[in-house]
Amino acid sequence: MTDLSGLRSGAPVPDTTPHSGPVTSSEAPPPNAGGRQNRGDSADSLHLTGNRLPRWAPWVIAAGAIILGLLVQVTGITVVGLAPGFVAAFAFLLVQTATSWTVEGRRHATDRLATTLIYTTFVLALVPLLWILITVIAKGLSVFSPEFFTSTMRNVNPRAEGGGIAHAFVGTLEQVGIAALIAVPIGVLAAVYLVEFGKGRFAYWISFFVDVMTGIPSIVAGLFIYTALILTGVLEQSGLAAGLALAILMLPVIVRATEEMLRIVPNELREGALALGVPKWKVILRIVIPTAISGIITGVMLAVARVAGETAPLLLVTFLAQDMNPNPATGSQASLPTFVWDQISRGTPASIDRAWGGALALILFVLVMYAGARIIAKIYSPKAR
Amino acid sequence: MSKQIDLVDLDIYYGDFLAVEGVNLTVKANSVMSFIGPSGCGKSTVLRSINRMHEVIPGAHVKGAVNLDGENLYGPNVDPVLVRRTIGMVFQRPNPFPTMSIAENVIAGLKLEKDKKRKESMDEIVEKSLRGANLWEEVKDRLKRPGASLSGGQQQRLCIARAIAVEPQVLLMDEPCSALDPISTLAIEDLIRELKDRYTIIIVTHNMQQAGRVSDDTAFFNLSGIGKPGHLIEVGPTAQIFSHPEHKQTEDYIAGRFG
Repeated sequence: MTDLSGLRSGAPVPDTTPHSGPVTSSEAPPPNAGGRQNRGDSADSLHLTGNRLPRWAPWVIAAGAIILGLLVQVTGITVVGLAPGFVAAFAFLLVQTATSWTVEGRRHATDRLATTLIYTTFVLALVPLLWILITVIAKGLSVFSPEFFTSTMRNVNPRAEGGGIAHAFVGTLEQVGIAALIAVPIGVLAAVYLVEFGKGRFAYWISFFVDVMTGIPSIVAGLFIYTALILTGVLEQSGLAAGLALAILMLPVIVRATEEMLRIVPNELREGALALGVPKWKVILRIVIPTAISGIITGVMLAVARVAGETAPLLLVTFLAQDMNPNPATGSQASLPTFVWDQISRGTPASIDRAWGGALALILFVLVMYAGARIIAKIYSPKAR
Repeated sequence: MSKQIDLVDLDIYYGDFLAVEGVNLTVKANSVMSFIGPSGCGKSTVLRSINRMHEVIPGAHVKGAVNLDGENLYGPNVDPVLVRRTIGMVFQRPNPFPTMSIAENVIAGLKLEKDKKRKESMDEIVEKSLRGANLWEEVKDRLKRPGASLSGGQQQRLCIARAIAVEPQVLLMDEPCSALDPISTLAIEDLIRELKDRYTIIIVTHNMQQAGRVSDDTAFFNLSGIGKPGHLIEVGPTAQIFSHPEHKQTEDYIAGRFG
């Protein structure tokens, strides 16, 4: 306890550990005995140094905690009914915080505790993601074959092996394409209106209803198209109806994402262009949107990814199909999510394998779209040098 | 080519708030006038009302007249877009368009709004404008690079090149050097003295020495208190304003006793 860090007023055990071990003696500068109270005695000392745990300390503690966890696992001793992993985690947190508090003081202990918690939550958030990815890849890859991508389920016994997703892939492509074709222009233009022109009541209500739309459950969007267009006979169950339902789901996501991106375009750029005598519509088209384009593309892709996996509304408005139906205007059309749903419900090993394959294909589809969008965004984004 | 500007009984509002009251001022053709005064006194507001950039802010409007060679810019049927093409503006912070290269930035005002009458090729306009802004020698080998890759002082000269590329009659500069180092400031000030031959220039500045160095005339603005409108206190030849101002508050401000 030779310097400031050891004498934090909040330290709970300052006197039970009169010497904080070898760390102090090996690394500490000339001790400034007495800490805070006697600062006057060493006026030339600035109190800028403090004891720190050596770099390897957290690793040693972690190793110890893991060994403890393994011991719990092997011996079968239960510590208040906790699983070995939790025992190890709690032991690490406890020992590290305590050691740090004694050696480094309260601020560093809090820092280490917070750092550990943040990393832990990060890893916890990653676990489900990786788990899903690994499971889907492991189970889906086995059915991947040229046939799987080129054939449909036509004349294939749904309980037996064989068949493919070609019809479902074409369906998803068309339905999402129709949805994007409708929702992207309307969404981007609505956002432009809200950011560049929208003042007063009208803009307020648009913004309000966009928020309301964000909360619409996907099945409700499907029901809306079903009752408004299919039951009234305007459309039959078709890929077009599915595209309309997906467009409803896409629209608010695109409006919000685009709005955010347009709002962060600095006003100086708008004024700079206006001051050159450029009309407002051209300022928006040539300056504001190009500056925000990379963010807008990302937002659009997130919206596409969101609706590409929608199943419920599609079951209502286009149902299932086992055969290729390239025409979205008439007749039921398959899609990747409904294909997965259909195959799972068949319940045979072959069909469940196909379902995993469909799921993996869906993930890859979204991934490829996203990667493509990132590349496009990169090309158009403002360059610093 | 350049023109005279007359502000006549100009009141400038932000919504219901009267920001500047009763400005009467004449800026002679081919001269440099500087606007000085404490922060919040309305110098920038007056400047922005001269090329109708003021009204870009929602609710902002003016009463009175701004005459360009006798033609009221706030008259009926006057198109603010055409006003801004005649009266260019350079802002406090350099704002090159980030998606465009240096050359594209220079011709941004032209490419965005094509003027069929001009016969010069875009390359010629780029070179002429960059030479006009004393930037050509520094950037001629990297015209395709992004405008944001330049230093702050170069970016500001790029913005000046961009403003003069549309061939305005008047240049308004809103504290063009306040974000720049002394060397870049010197470059811009030299440029202002050169540009005077072709343009009428109004510059807002917080830098007394700068006003003294570059301007023929100086206008001093002040406000009597927070929430009160700003007023034009006095205007005259720079030498006179700096040595024998008519008003005590001008003298106090220039001497550094307030503001």
